[in-house]
Amino acid sequence: MVENRPFLTMLSHFVVLLGVVIIAFPVWMTFVASTHSQQTMLQSPIPVLPGPHLIENYKKVLTEGYGKVGSTPVMMTLTNSMIMALGVAIGKIAISIISAFAIVYFRFPGRMYFFWAIFVTLMLPVEVRIVPTYGVVASLGMLDSYSGLIIPLIASATATFLFRQFFLSVPDELTEAARVDGASPMRFFWDILLPMSRTSIAALFVIQFIYGWNQYLWPLLITTKESYYTVVMTVSRQANVVDSVPSWNLLMAMAMLAMLPPVLVVVFMQRQFVRGLVETEK
Amino acid sequence: MEKRVTFNERWLPYLLLGPQMIITLVFFFWPSGQAIYQSVLIEDVFGGNSKFVWFENFAQLFRDNSYAHSAQITVVFSFLVAAIGLGFSLLLAVMADRVIRGATAYKTFLVWPYAVAPAVAGVLWGFLFNPSVGILAWMLQGIGIEFNYVINGNQALLLVVIAAVWNQISYNFLFFLAGLQSIPKSLIEAAAIDGAGPGRRFWDIIFPLLSPVGFFLLVVNIIYAFFGTFGVVDSLTKGGPGKSTEILVFKVFNDGFRGQDLGGSSAQSVILMIVVIALTFVQFRFIERRVHY
Repeated sequence: MVENRPFLTMLSHFVVLLGVVIIAFPVWMTFVASTHSQQTMLQSPIPVLPGPHLIENYKKVLTEGYGKVGSTPVMMTLTNSMIMALGVAIGKIAISIISAFAIVYFRFPGRMYFFWAIFVTLMLPVEVRIVPTYGVVASLGMLDSYSGLIIPLIASATATFLFRQFFLSVPDELTEAARVDGASPMRFFWDILLPMSRTSIAALFVIQFIYGWNQYLWPLLITTKESYYTVVMTVSRQANVVDSVPSWNLLMAMAMLAMLPPVLVVVFMQRQFVRGLVETEK
Repeated sequence: MEKRVTFNERWLPYLLLGPQMIITLVFFFWPSGQAIYQSVLIEDVFGGNSKFVWFENFAQLFRDNSYAHSAQITVVFSFLVAAIGLGFSLLLAVMADRVIRGATAYKTFLVWPYAVAPAVAGVLWGFLFNPSVGILAWMLQGIGIEFNYVINGNQALLLVVIAAVWNQISYNFLFFLAGLQSIPKSLIEAAAIDGAGPGRRFWDIIFPLLSPVGFFLLVVNIIYAFFGTFGVVDSLTKGGPGKSTEILVFKVFNDGFRGQDLGGSSAQSVILMIVVIALTFVQFRFIERRVHY
């Protein structure tokens, strides 16, 4: 602070607090709704303070699901989302760290072509080419499978660039020392490069876990069997089902469960999250 | 930049690149090529036969009023998302930067909306403004405003904007805060000694120094509004009421899967690809400049 202006400091606190309250409000209301009975949630105005039905509601959605027709237990969709998010995050990191290693540490014909081929994938999000990508996955027989959910999403230029950038900053002396000691390239990768990349891997993991967990359109298209539904798509789907009597309490309990894992990851790995966010944009 | 020391291996590098290249070819180049190929074909209604028609699909798109309408909505939508999102998060970042006590706590309370899926964000805001039980809709009614996004197109668009901004706010906030914290304190102090007040210091020093970050965020937010908001739209309005929230990326999906118009949908895909490539190009040009600065 350059100078002491108590009024301005007060104002700053006030504005930021107001911002925090506005931003948290939707989630507060979701939480409140998930702790009331179905009847309470049908009369406007709805309550703004939590009610007594928390455990009952969450137990119901976790084990039985929501609605009367075609209800999937949230336990199952949470498991699917976890498999998908972990698969996407680990898969992306694994394939991009080895391709970055190849591009940085070897000279071979066609190196730049590979580099540019990876670079262009940066440009087209899956939403843009959704129809033909669906066609390809269908013709490979990958609909309704975990591999169909995960593999098409793990080609990632950002991760490859992040590792490339990091490898370029690793001192050449380390490589020289390894070579003098007779280490093979893979030995160098496992024993020196990989342990040094820990922080980059952690940062990327947080970003990619959220990316995988929050996928919506892709699982919506390629899954028709309930046993592969993810939690995000079921929340949205149930919100749009025209039920005679909507169970807001259960729907909002589901929404809370869908938000919880990625939010916890961001809050508890905040440093890695911020780092990942800033570095993937370079 | 290149490494001075490298390994000499003949096959190993190809082996290492293999997994990524196979996935990129199969799930990226092949579908993108198909989109381009199908965009110049018209398929028979009964399937099977398709005819090469040059740019007929594109010409049809440009004649189509609903496409022009969708493009127009996308522009309005992205402008609102970028303007409101950047304005609000800049205000929060400047204020959070001012307070020394509690700044990290505030940060924790502001970063988590990034982790909420766009589709879930749509459900949350739809609940708050639900015409029968939504608490905010009820409050608005209390002050005499009839808010019903299910039947009112403009209100639906506004609601989609709010949900999209909310979802993106932590991203903008973090980048603005980082930008603010990288401004040398000595500059601000010098201006203060010369008698410039907080407002003057903001507009004459902080704001110009933040403009690279601001420009970068502008491009990122436009890309986000164009392509990242599918989930918000689909779970809130499904493009309705009427077609008042049918943004381009939603229309590609709608025409391709629900309308079964492969040629038209592919032509739209190709146009969107050109838009993303152009935007990414702008973003990279700018980043290059920032590095040299």
